[in-house]
Order: sequence, then structure tokens, then C-alpha cells
Amino acid sequence: MAFALDDSRPIYIQIAEQIEDAILSGAYPEESQIPSTTEFSAICRINPATVLKGFNLLVERQILYKKRGLGMFVSPGAIQAITATRKERFYESYVRPLAAEAHKLGLREEDLTQMIKRCYTDGK
Amino acid sequence: MENKIQVTDVCKHYGNTLALDHVSVTLEQPCIYGLLGRNGAGKSTLLNLISNRVYPDAGTVTIDGQDCRDNDQALGKLFLTSEKNLYPESMRVGDAIRWTASFYSDFDQPYALSLAEAYELPLKKKIKSLSTGYGSIFKLVVALAANTPYLLLDEPVLGLDAHHRQLFYRQLLESYNKNPRCIVISTHLIEEVARVIERVVILNEGRLVCHEACDELLQRCCCITGPAEAVDRFAAGRKVLGYDALGGLKACYLLEPAPAELPAGLQASTPDLQQLFINLTNGGTAK
Repeated sequence: MAFALDDSRPIYIQIAEQIEDAILSGAYPEESQIPSTTEFSAICRINPATVLKGFNLLVERQILYKKRGLGMFVSPGAIQAITATRKERFYESYVRPLAAEAHKLGLREEDLTQMIKRCYTDGK
Repeated sequence: MENKIQVTDVCKHYGNTLALDHVSVTLEQPCIYGLLGRNGAGKSTLLNLISNRVYPDAGTVTIDGQDCRDNDQALGKLFLTSEKNLYPESMRVGDAIRWTASFYSDFDQPYALSLAEAYELPLKKKIKSLSTGYGSIFKLVVALAANTPYLLLDEPVLGLDAHHRQLFYRQLLESYNKNPRCIVISTHLIEEVARVIERVVILNEGRLVCHEACDELLQRCCCITGPAEAVDRFAAGRKVLGYDALGGLKACYLLEPAPAELPAGLQASTPDLQQLFINLTNGGTAK
């Protein structure tokens, strides 16, 4: 198995994001144990120190927690925590680049809002 | 006692060629190092010096505080795989594994045999009749099973197909996770090892140009792309490692992090280790 990692950003941050995605998708439910750093390291062929750094990032954010002698578990409320953080960053991560690209192409604000509306109607 | 290999101010000449020029480097436990350099940069010479296969003209190498020169106790903590086959050529693979086990007290024979099976390495074949790829696999099996505190791998994946290379990196990390130690991998296949290694040591023309944590090195560099004129204006007065140009589009590699705000039309990205390596060994330095 290989996570979709690229070279544009630090690998440990991408590992943390991929684990978050797996939690959101239900692959790692809340209160369940996730694979160990050594499993991640060997299967994804990534240095264990890098994997641990990614795990620690999620422990800091209280998305994962350690059970002494057992391993790493998904915190209760993790899904809500991840969603909340991602909502906060939504403007910076998605809306601003979207507007910048639209600007580069000479699209007007109305064009953009039209398209977003279309997405919502088509999606239903 | 300090658990590390300490190379201090080492020089080595081959005739008129200066292979290593005042190189000092510390290799600590536990860590996986990537030893990178162009052909003739001095990678193999450095590994051979550490393993007492060649003597330095000047400088010292210590293993856990002991001088490595003709010191069997210090050298027993170390295993080096190199291009040359040092086994009797008519020896069979299985016998060679058992023979090596008698030299290394922590040699894990069942593990060696399970590795051999995973690679489908024929134990009954003679070493000389192995293909280049299987010759490399044989050396890796023995090296991983030796369980020495220091493992030096000189071009470990030479001649290995993609499937076996992937298997090797996985087994290397499994072995490292089970027994964290100091592993040095010298290689030209930078992209493949970029995520496996923790620290990077770069040699260029016999000199050490860079020794730092892989992710830190990548984070303090950036690549700025845009119209040539705008890129030049931006790069002026900054620490430039190199340029790439594609018609009017120009990319410049900088030895500084990307600024938060860039002039219009310019884009910042993080170069990968390979791009950075090419720029660092093209005259630039990471100092």
C-alpha cells in the first residue's frame, strides 16, 4: 500500500492528513486502534522518525491518544475536531486559490458564484 | 562510551587524485543516513576508510570511541557491503550464510534464511553463478541478518529490479524498527531513498557539502518559478543554488524558505531531494 504523498510539502504533515482522511472516511473509527508507526513505516517505506512526527502532530491536536503498552487510538470526538479545523482553514486552502485562479483567467465574481451554485444544484 | 562513528579531518589520495579532502562527519545511533554524491565524489572511499579497508593519509576514524585501525573489536560492530565480492567464488550461498554467521555474534540465521526465501535466492547455487541482481540480494540478506550496530550499504540496490528494490526498502525498515541502529546507504537512486533516510550526507569532489536532517534541508530551500525577468529580479541578492530555464519560463533554486508573499506571477514550490542534490553538487554549497 502507498499513501498518495507528493514532494510539495513535508511528508510528516501529509501522513497526518492521510490519517485524518482515513478517520473521516470511517476506515479508522473513533476509539479504535490504528496501525503502529512501525507498520506504517515498513508498509509505506517511510523512515519511522517521519511517521512518528506525523503521529505526534495528531496527538498534540488530540485526534489520537496513546494507551500505554497498547498503542495509538482514535480519540472520541476526533471527527468533529478534524472537521472543525478543516472548516477554519477552508477559506485559505480552497477559496483563496480558487479566487486567485479565477482572477488569472479573468472570471468575474458573478461567474464564480454562478458556478458554485451550479455545483450545489448538480450535486443534489 | 559514546555510540557513534566519528570521522575527523580525514584526507585520502589515490595517486594525484584527492578522493577525500578534510572530511569530518559523525554518524550516530539510531539513524538511517543517505550518503549521496556524484560518481567519484568519495562515497566508497569514505565507507572503506570507516571499515579499515583503506587507510587515511591524515585524520582519524573512531567507532564507539575506539580507533578503527586494525581494531577487530571495533570493526566487529560494523558490516559493510560493497560492490566487490569478498567470498570464495565457488562457495555456495547457503554455506556462505552459515560461514558469515560464525564471524558475527548477533547474526540471525533463521532471519537470513527467511529473507533468502522472500527473494527466492537459491541457497544451493554457487556465488559466482549468481546474476548481478541476485549477487546484490545475497549481500543484502547477509548484511541485514548480521545485526551489527553499524551497517554500511554501498549501492545496495545495484542490479535489483523494481519489485526487489521495493521489497528491500520494506525489509530494511522492518529490520531497523526491530533493531534500531546506525545504517548508512550510499546510492544514486535518490528519489527512492528520500523518504527512507532521516539524515543526508552529501559529498562533492571529496568534500562534505551538507550533513543535516532531510526534512530540515528541504524546508529551508525553495524553488521559485515564473517569467525569466521576474525570477531574476526576485533572485538578485539571494542565495541561489541554480537555475532551470524552459523558454521564457525560469525556475530558480534558493537556499532559503519561500517568502509568505511573492511578487505577482511568481510561484513557490519545494524542490525534491534529487533536484536539490543536483543543485548542491553543481558548485553550490549548503553552508
